[in-house]
Amino acid sequence: MNEWMNTDREPDPLPSSLPGPTAPSLGEPQAEVEETLKRIQSHKGVIGTMVVNAEGIPIRTTLDNSTTVQYAGLLHHLTMKAKSTVRDIDPQNDLTFLRIRSKKHEIMVAPDKEYLLIVIQNPCE
Amino acid sequence: MAPKLKKKSSRRKKSPKPILAASEDMEPVNMESMGHPEIYPLVLTTKTQEIFNCRIDEDITDEQPYKLINKEDIFEDLRNRAAVSDFHPVKKIVQEYPGNELLLVYDKDFKYGLNFYLIGTEEGKENYLNPPEVSEEQEEYKEYIPEDVYIYKPPVSKPWVSLGSEKEIEEESVTESTKQITYMISRKRSEFGAPIKFSDQNASSVKDAYIECTAYPDKNFTLKQLEKDVGMQVIPQIKDISTQTKWTYPKNATTQYYPREFSEEEKETLKQSKPLVDFLNNASISVEIALQQNEITNTFIDDWKHLAEEEGTFGDKTDTHLKEYQSFTDLHSPTEKMITCVSWHPTIYGLIAVSVAVRLSFEDRVHFSGKLLLQPSLILFWSFSDPIHPQLMLESPDDIFCFKFCPSDPNIIAGGCINGQIVMWDITAHADRIENIKGGGSRSKKATLKPMFLLEPESNKEAMYIRHCAVSSIENGHKRVITDIHWLSDTFEINRMGSVFENRSGICCQLVTCSADCTICFWDIRPQKPLTPQTTEKKKEESIEIPFDVPSTFLHLDLSWKPLTKLKLSKGETSLDHCPTKISLNEDHLLCKTQDKMLAQSKTAKAEEMNPYHNLESGVANLLKPIDDFCTKFFVGTEEGEVIYTDWKMERDPETGRFMPKKPVNLHTIHDGIVHTIQRSPFYDDIILTVGGWNVAIWKESVMTGPLLQSCCAPKRYTSGHWSLTRPGVFYIGREDGYIDIWDLLEKTHEPAQSQNICITMITCIKPWIFSPKQQFIAIADYYGTLHILEIPWTLSRPSANEMTSINHYFEREVKHLEYVEQRKKIREQEKKEMEQEMAKKKVKIYQKSKEQMEAELKMDYESYLELEKTVLINLGLIKVTEKGSYLDVM
Repeated sequence: MNEWMNTDREPDPLPSSLPGPTAPSLGEPQAEVEETLKRIQSHKGVIGTMVVNAEGIPIRTTLDNSTTVQYAGLLHHLTMKAKSTVRDIDPQNDLTFLRIRSKKHEIMVAPDKEYLLIVIQNPCE
Repeated sequence: MAPKLKKKSSRRKKSPKPILAASEDMEPVNMESMGHPEIYPLVLTTKTQEIFNCRIDEDITDEQPYKLINKEDIFEDLRNRAAVSDFHPVKKIVQEYPGNELLLVYDKDFKYGLNFYLIGTEEGKENYLNPPEVSEEQEEYKEYIPEDVYIYKPPVSKPWVSLGSEKEIEEESVTESTKQITYMISRKRSEFGAPIKFSDQNASSVKDAYIECTAYPDKNFTLKQLEKDVGMQVIPQIKDISTQTKWTYPKNATTQYYPREFSEEEKETLKQSKPLVDFLNNASISVEIALQQNEITNTFIDDWKHLAEEEGTFGDKTDTHLKEYQSFTDLHSPTEKMITCVSWHPTIYGLIAVSVAVRLSFEDRVHFSGKLLLQPSLILFWSFSDPIHPQLMLESPDDIFCFKFCPSDPNIIAGGCINGQIVMWDITAHADRIENIKGGGSRSKKATLKPMFLLEPESNKEAMYIRHCAVSSIENGHKRVITDIHWLSDTFEINRMGSVFENRSGICCQLVTCSADCTICFWDIRPQKPLTPQTTEKKKEESIEIPFDVPSTFLHLDLSWKPLTKLKLSKGETSLDHCPTKISLNEDHLLCKTQDKMLAQSKTAKAEEMNPYHNLESGVANLLKPIDDFCTKFFVGTEEGEVIYTDWKMERDPETGRFMPKKPVNLHTIHDGIVHTIQRSPFYDDIILTVGGWNVAIWKESVMTGPLLQSCCAPKRYTSGHWSLTRPGVFYIGREDGYIDIWDLLEKTHEPAQSQNICITMITCIKPWIFSPKQQFIAIADYYGTLHILEIPWTLSRPSANEMTSINHYFEREVKHLEYVEQRKKIREQEKKEMEQEMAKKKVKIYQKSKEQMEAELKMDYESYLELEKTVLINLGLIKVTEKGSYLDVM
């Protein structure tokens, strides 16, 4: 029965089992950053990933420069707007995730106090 | 009553009085008006009264107010006093009176107006004297009863008695209460009639010029409002501010910006900062959840919409048959011909080229070879507009079995002959002739057939015979019939070794042919540098005259054309070689889709005056480096029904040191007859359709274990096949009985979806073609030389929305199925081996059981059974577990 391997790629480990940064691995935060981004990039249908700082300046990206800059600038504004909207309605609420679904692909933005993680995926098979 | 009577009497009084006083000669007045015509009132004076003794109150009293008077006495009086007599007015009556005595009555009350009255008739006398007994209650009755006596009483004025009416009159009367004021206004005489001057005056300036009633607040009318209804609304504070900017003049100003970016070092430092790491770790969790959600399912799919589209195409069974559009037959040929190859003109609408060959077996060909030499072998160009006359006829030395238009220039045609020669035509000179044909403008299914004699003077264009411009060398080329010919793509070229180079010339300049002499040859149409001095041969050939109207495009090739490389498909040590019938290269499917490309190229070609084909330069293959990872493998179908996957690249044979063609990578014998179609799908690079013998097979290039699909044996032999150009899962197969089978992989994979009869004989070639998204034709050639053009209905030409993906899935499933089969084979083999081993072992083992062994075995069995019973009962809960040890037993 061992030969009955399904030829698909093994699914990623569940997020709950994702280990947080432990003390010994702090010594290589850069590698971990790379590893995380690579993992996200290797998901099915992902077109590009980028990390942007609070002002909309890209830090790390897998797309070309002009596209990155455009995405970063536009999505940064949109995220700020969305955040302020959520907080206006309920000051104790806060924006955790933003997903924009368009005809061609889906843009996912994970905001933080200082950074933004933007992932573009093509969900249709 | 009394005053009434008085009034009446007073009234009466006036009227008769003047009458009586008027004249004496009048007729005596009687009281006829009162109803008493016999009564004649009289006035008797006192003298007369004395005479007749009727003095009032002496002779005539109330009791006897009458007196009878003789007639003679009255006459005597009359004689005595004549006119003075009182009886004068009644003289006539007295004369006419029949009796003797007349009655004279004293009218005390003046009933009839005078103090006496005379009754003029006897009857009246009698009535008066003897009044009938009639009641005299009312005086009114008395008046209306015809009485003899009517006394007129003139009214007597009486003193006015006030009854109170003068008060009313006083009240109602208007009297002047005040004394009337009189004004006298005078004016100077001179001022009369003078023009008047008006002037304005302010009323308030002059005192007492007007009188007004000034309003004053009257306290009677002032009201104090004690209740008030008021509505209120709270609004945010609004501030209205406006500004105005000063606009001086327009000024052009531009700004340009560039985005802020981090430098590399900053990026590096940031990457290593802890907050970023933490952030990424936290954010990636939610991001990955989201990504996986998208991978699992597409939540925004509208299933309804997707469902509906599928239904529309599959359910529409109204029109699934190929409709006959036109058919072409060459009516002028003397012998019976069959069509060997069909090709649509790549650019011109409605033009199709057909190669015809004589329909004779090999023996008959040899027999009639003399006759056949006289007849030209032709490629006919048919157009939709003219079903009788072919537009062009290309001559060739012998029957053509296959031909192809050059993809880069549709005026170049390469054909393979039955004798192994390649024939080249250049119809650039006649291109305008065929281009100006209006290809079947009207969609009439039956073209209008005109009688021949009408056509002759009209058509100034006779079908022209165009001679070929080059043929290949007889000695160096193929020895037997060329079964397939292809143009190589214009993107690459190969050299003698089979290495692939980039094609710098931009045109298709190489051909590949396969022939029944078991070789595959690659040809180059460019002039080659002469390797060996061939001057002697050239001299011989120069003596051959070339007709003047043949273009000199391929003059360099004529009769000296040698193949670039020759591949022999050998079957190893045996002398029997594979006899290739068709080949399929990697780039073949592009030829179906080159329409847009062709138009662009032909336009650019026209712009330049020089046709690249007229200026062929030798290839620069020697100067370039070969492309390494080019796929040089291709499929070959053979006469025996094999499908070979082989390589054209030569490799060095270590033994002999020569370049030898590689051995085939793969070989499958699937078909039972000649493989006459190997075709790549227009949609997939690696899916190949092979048709041969009695079945069909679909292959995937990378899968070498077997075909993805292999149909079961059909009742009739399959003689031709072709993929559909627009639907990835449809292909057309022609049978030897003239039926065309339309296969639809999405509908059925074990048998054709449709079968339609086209003609009565074997179908030799099928070629579909797209003219427009709405118009697709399929050209079917049959054995009797007729070319049928049919129109593909909408359902067969239009792919459904996800047909590509469905077919993809299908092929993937088939691939997996094949892999599974392979694996199962292995497993099966292993299992087989194991089973055999076990069987062998079992046979070897000899059981020799002694009695003790058997008893021990029985005991063991019994004990194991007891344990099993215990565990079952415990599990059922019927026995309680008391000891710890039993737990362990259970576990």
